[in-house]
Amino acid sequence: MASEFAARLPADRAESGLADLKPALNEGQARAEASRCLYCFDAPCIGACPTGIDIPEFIRKIASGNYRGSARTILSANILGLSCAAVCPVEVLCAGDCVFNDKGEPPIQIGLLQRFSTEWAYDRGLRFFEKGAPTGHRVALIGAGPASLAAAHELTVLGHECVLFEGRALPGGLNTTGVAPYKMRAEMSIREVEYIKEIGFEIRTGVEVVPDGTAGTLGAASTIAFSELEREFDAIFIGVGLGPDSRQGLPGEDLAGVWGACALIERIKNSGRDEVGYDAARVKNAVVIGGGNTAIDVVRELRKLDVENVTMVYRRGEHEMPGYDHEVAYARREGVQFHLRANPTAYVPDAEDASRVGAVRLVRMELGEPDESGRRRPKPVDGSEHELPAQLVAIATGQEKLETLLGSIAGLELHWGRVKVDAASGRTGNPRYWSGGDCANGGKEVVNAAAEGKLAARSIDGAMRDGSVRRSGA
Amino acid sequence: MPDLSINFAGIESPNPFWLASAPPTNSGDQVMRAFDAGWGGAVWKTLGQPIRNVFSRYGSIDYHDHRMAGLNNIELITDRSLEDNLKEISEVKKRYPKHAVIASLMVESREEWREYVKKSEDAGVDGFELNFGCPHGMCERGMGSAVGQEPRVLKEITSWVKEDATKPVLVKLTPNVGDILDPGVAGVEGGADGLALVNTFKSLMGVDLDKMVPLPRVRDKSTNGGYCGPAVKPIAQFMVASLARDPRITIPISGIGGVSNWRDAAEYILLGSTSVQVCTAVMHYGFRIVEDMIDGLEGYMIEKGFDRIDQMVGKAVGGFVEWGDLDLNYKVKAKIHEDMCIGCELCYVACYDGAHQCIALDRDPAASAPTPGVQRPTTRVPRILDSCTGCNLCSLVCPVPGCIEMVEEETGYAPITWNEYLEKSAAGAEPRSILAPGPGAH
Repeated sequence: MASEFAARLPADRAESGLADLKPALNEGQARAEASRCLYCFDAPCIGACPTGIDIPEFIRKIASGNYRGSARTILSANILGLSCAAVCPVEVLCAGDCVFNDKGEPPIQIGLLQRFSTEWAYDRGLRFFEKGAPTGHRVALIGAGPASLAAAHELTVLGHECVLFEGRALPGGLNTTGVAPYKMRAEMSIREVEYIKEIGFEIRTGVEVVPDGTAGTLGAASTIAFSELEREFDAIFIGVGLGPDSRQGLPGEDLAGVWGACALIERIKNSGRDEVGYDAARVKNAVVIGGGNTAIDVVRELRKLDVENVTMVYRRGEHEMPGYDHEVAYARREGVQFHLRANPTAYVPDAEDASRVGAVRLVRMELGEPDESGRRRPKPVDGSEHELPAQLVAIATGQEKLETLLGSIAGLELHWGRVKVDAASGRTGNPRYWSGGDCANGGKEVVNAAAEGKLAARSIDGAMRDGSVRRSGA
Repeated sequence: MPDLSINFAGIESPNPFWLASAPPTNSGDQVMRAFDAGWGGAVWKTLGQPIRNVFSRYGSIDYHDHRMAGLNNIELITDRSLEDNLKEISEVKKRYPKHAVIASLMVESREEWREYVKKSEDAGVDGFELNFGCPHGMCERGMGSAVGQEPRVLKEITSWVKEDATKPVLVKLTPNVGDILDPGVAGVEGGADGLALVNTFKSLMGVDLDKMVPLPRVRDKSTNGGYCGPAVKPIAQFMVASLARDPRITIPISGIGGVSNWRDAAEYILLGSTSVQVCTAVMHYGFRIVEDMIDGLEGYMIEKGFDRIDQMVGKAVGGFVEWGDLDLNYKVKAKIHEDMCIGCELCYVACYDGAHQCIALDRDPAASAPTPGVQRPTTRVPRILDSCTGCNLCSLVCPVPGCIEMVEEETGYAPITWNEYLEKSAAGAEPRSILAPGPGAH
């Protein structure tokens, strides 16, 4: 039972060979690092954690050898403590606010310490929460990513019956399909999902939730309509994340070897090595379009998968890149080349095989007047067209919003394609719907999704208990 | 260059750094390697009837990530034959005539004492140290600390040895007594030429939480051992200084207890020690630590203008007085150097929960609980209130050296001690005219 989802992961995935960028600490290392922590009063690191984990407390418990208590402190605040330990950009969150930065000393390695405690508890099958006394209330959660998992766990502790509907074959959302494998591989995400789920909620995979009277778009085995959810469940949480990779509509986008970044990463993480979709032997040059953290993930992954020349193409300069500075620095160290102030105009077929991509045609960009985001708007330079050879292209310019799906829910408001929610409760314009995670915040970290899911769960709990929401079939 | 050599009651040594009688001085090989490393003297592992040890002999406590802040042992005196030991002592003295080799002795009868003193002198030792300190095993057999805890017996045995010995005799004291002056004075009265202290403290080194047996564990049992190392230094220094300032103690002191580096050594010397003895630090890091002790002490002496060790000895003893002789009108207050503060707020919580509630955060702590979307306060620098008692605690917990300074404040009142205050107020002085304002009912 415990390996229900794990059994669906092929053993020979491309990501399987990739080592952890930050290897797990052994017990001695963890105790030594934990002993460095000053145990600040009202510590700044706590304030920097969206889930408010009492970081000095869990670290002090490591130092004393109280690993069980340490894991309890972490998981009480954030049930996704394991994946957050692995994937959180601690440099800009907790560790970024560690007082040691001001002391001119390396900050505490909070992520690695959190991983130590949570894995210690996982390895021993320790559980800290129980399903609450049944309330008779039922909640449907759409999507089985971090936001829904956090919400479902909290709701189950509060005694409500929860069902997660996941269109994919594997739960875990981007933790399973999208996190750079050198931070976390899919098996860790699946391990976490199975651990969280053991509290006693249901995950129905391969079931896509669709607007009434429409067909699915994910190729899921079956579909279920919103109206049916509203009949069967008192409250509904939307944690669907973002849609498919954005396309630019350029000539040659359909050539073999041109990928959406998320689609490529999902193959690398979840599919057998042979199914990744490119012949690693013939890919000498890869080009990744975009300057965000997904683009950086892809370039770094391709370098680690031994693609010789990996070039990141971004239309603005390095300072304008939305990706984290520390990630850009890592990529540079790993030999990624940066082709800045350039934009693709077309994907060019390979000379020998016209069905495959062989190069990217680019145009130089110069920065003009600032746009509404305050960044200078790039514009093409006439006559600057040039080509970069590329047997593989990944387009990382963003993901579509699921406007068709979300727009079909009455009363639910969208803003720039995001679900508009009340910040204090996660409730949407439709009183029976709550939302959190990327579909509501536009694409943030796992830890934000976890915090938002938990926040929504508390609000859903209140609304169901006071009877203000009720399933129509009841 | 300052001269580090000493003359301890007639025992010449190239520097004041001696190895204490302990495992590091168990054999001639060790002592010679120590001398090569720079040690000035060695007190040989205690000679006596060779004993049988248990396996599993040492236990320690760690502090955070630092190993062996305190060490204990249940090892007994030498387990090697007297002949082997004396042969090696003799060899060491031949090869290292300028270094001090002192025989630590622990036997029972008058005849044995005489025999051991004679044979040791024949082997060429420079002096003796009478082990009246060992608080485990040997004391159950009426030796070691069993002697040190009985001033009358201590004095008598000391006088026996003095009758037979031609070389200087040190008495090593146990700290497991109510008042260290009692055995100290007894040693002087018995004719000792010097005192060495402290020996180890009776201790249990914690409990094996799985087997529920104290440590160090010998199968399913343990026993009290002797505790030493950095953790005992403050208690040992109190005892050394207590003897050093007492007019009845007219003989030199060899200071022992947690000496790990030149700073510790300098402190012991300033508190009245002519030599210092080291064990735990060598058991932790080896003989090589003496290099830092030598040039660190030299550097300190140059900085302070000392040419010889004897100019340093006891310089801090006069500053060790009774509470009633402290100045009640001396006032200090904490000052936070805000540019150095890293915002850990340990000073705040220490003062608020653990001391006198004299530090404020200029915000409500509850308001800074992690609420999504709420920005953290821009300043985390705490503020010292006027009510500061100058207790030092904040400056002790602050992790940034120099960030919290205890600043002296002029009170406008002449210095006055408690004892002087009692005298003056009895003579009719108005308390408020001689004592600066402050809390407390006087």
